Amino acid sequence: MSVLLLAELDNGALSASTARVAAAAAQLGPVDLLVAGPRAAADQAATIAGIAKVIHAKEAVLADGLATLLAGLAEAYTVIAAAASTTGKDVMPRLAAKLDVQPVTDIVAIEGATRFVRPIYAGNALETVTDLQAKHVLTFRPSAFRPAASGNAAPIEALDADIVSAARFIAAHRTESDIPDLSTAQIVVGGGVSVGSAEGFKLVEALGRTLGAAIGATRAAVDAGYAPNDWQVGQTGKIIAPDLYIAVGISGALQHLAGIQGAKKIIAINTDAEAPIVKIADVALIGDLFDILPKLTAELEKSGLKR
Amino acid sequence: MKILVAVKRVVDHNVRIRVRPDGTGVETTGVRMSMNPFCKHAVEAAVQMAEAGHTEEVVIVSIGPKPANDVILTALAMGAHRGVLIETDQALETLAIAKLLAKVVDEEKPDLVLLGKQAVDDDSNHVGQMLAALTDRPQATFASAIKLAGDELEVTREVDSGRETIAIPLPAIVTADLRLNTPRNAALPMVMKARAKPLAIRPASELGVDLAPRLKVEKVSPPAERSAGRAVNSVAELAAIIADDVNAMEAI
Ligand SMILES: Cc1cc2nc3c(=O)[nH]c(=O)nc-3n(C[C@H](O)[C@H](O)[C@H](O)COP(=O)(O)OP(=O)(O)OC[C@H]3O[C@@H](n4cnc5c(N)ncnc54)[C@H](O)[C@@H]3O)c2cc1C
Ligand SMILES: Nc1ncnc2c1ncn2[C@@H]1O[C@H](COP(=O)(O)O)[C@@H](O)[C@H]1O
Repeated sequence: MSVLLLAELDNGALSASTARVAAAAAQLGPVDLLVAGPRAAADQAATIAGIAKVIHAKEAVLADGLATLLAGLAEAYTVIAAAASTTGKDVMPRLAAKLDVQPVTDIVAIEGATRFVRPIYAGNALETVTDLQAKHVLTFRPSAFRPAASGNAAPIEALDADIVSAARFIAAHRTESDIPDLSTAQIVVGGGVSVGSAEGFKLVEALGRTLGAAIGATRAAVDAGYAPNDWQVGQTGKIIAPDLYIAVGISGALQHLAGIQGAKKIIAINTDAEAPIVKIADVALIGDLFDILPKLTAELEKSGLKR
Repeated sequence: MKILVAVKRVVDHNVRIRVRPDGTGVETTGVRMSMNPFCKHAVEAAVQMAEAGHTEEVVIVSIGPKPANDVILTALAMGAHRGVLIETDQALETLAIAKLLAKVVDEEKPDLVLLGKQAVDDDSNHVGQMLAALTDRPQATFASAIKLAGDELEVTREVDSGRETIAIPLPAIVTADLRLNTPRNAALPMVMKARAKPLAIRPASELGVDLAPRLKVEKVSPPAERSAGRAVNSVAELAAIIADDVNAMEAI
């Protein structure tokens, strides 16, 4: 099976998740990677192991343009795939309908050439499906796959297709920060609404900084304005699978747990010993976050972490 | 302008679901059902546009078994004008749903179709985008703000890097995220009034769409269970555990 994979870009730069979905796609066959963005991103994409060829196209970010671009290339491929990111979610169902294909999305495990596992009901059930269609349109959750190695030097082919879109891009409102990317981070510190204010959330961020961690938040914390929307973890936010997740003042609603099921270890800090998060945490410290966080951060600063 | 809103009846989002022991699916009998939360935000957006005088008619469509009438009534009680139930007892894939909705769009010719961004049962996040492809309309998914500007919509979208604003010409498809608005709870008189509003019921088979599934569901299984580990009693103890973990992590 030949695979066409849409590279995941962030503000024109190749995202860390591209190497992860490339590893997933490579399980299905030789992968051609489409980079619709700056040449530098295509150059970087060519280093990902397992990529047969990079196809470099003009920058495209809007769903209708990207779907048309992919549809134009689709004939030569059996599988057309992308990350289950907001871009992949925007584009791939549109592409699938154009091609009259039922897509399989948010894949977390590949059990064979046509057999995939995807979570449903906020991850409270896993559905195993066989896709016997002639063409497959798929999205993979980056957090569920280990990144492909680098060191490749795949050829780069320029594609001279004009990308037309009925939609018009007006502005990006990005959350600029130097903290690690949430969806691929090894350590994540998450804060809930109980931090009480944006100021309170700084305690969570300080612990994160000490650990070199990404910062997550519950929907309640985002809605309250304590954290930006792209920090939201859960059914409708980001799906994460860090080695360590530290949940601070988070109750553990099932929609939040949907985002952290892949975490290897969960540590909970909560005043309530009966909170759902405490029931599933590997380690829990029952107490007041305002008391605990400053001390914990100071203690870890002192211990000289190897990061 | 005319708005069509697609709403789905799903297992209520507060219900802790149970996977059937035989692996055939999720237990839905005797379980509380309600309107998919994202669809509520879509209905609210449409009703607000009507209240602002931008919209003459808000039509609600749902595809599902007879009891899906209930979620249409909920939307009518929120202020929508008219409902259509495309009745089927079959569980449909998202492509089939989108094709049925495309038929309805063909008949109703709405300027704007609003949908939820995802249904909390299948968590697909497909139908709006598919409908946009099938009707060859522009799309703005994951909307957290919608502004009408002439014959264009300015939509703010929730994306992985934050938010972004795009403009799309009408007719168009928009899918709603949860921060778009705060859905109203219909007061009792509105619920009573909703029953008097027109609600057409049409068998799905009448629309001439191939509803056969493309995928074979092999099994549905519960996720690995997590259980409580240990409680620690001091910050020092917790710091030691975290430091050990962090120092043992292999770099990726
Ligand atoms: C359709 C839908 C989708 C959703 N999607 C998401 C999603 O993607 N992500 C998400 O997170 N939520 C989502 N939600 C919301 C979710 O249901 C919960 O409301 C939310 O996760 C709760 O956030 P919280 O834990 O911050 O707040 P709460 O549930 O209010 O919990 C606060 C916790 O803090 C503890 N606490 C209080 N004070 C202190 C203190 N001083 N020190 C330590 N602990 C303290 C309390 O014991 C409690 O456990 C969704 C909801 C719906 C309906
Ligand atoms: N059976 C249905 N009837 C009406 N609308 C639906 C149905 N299924 C999905 N939708 C719409 O499509 C949105 C996205 O659903 P999904 O793609 O299944 O996650 C929902 O929020 C609804 O607005």
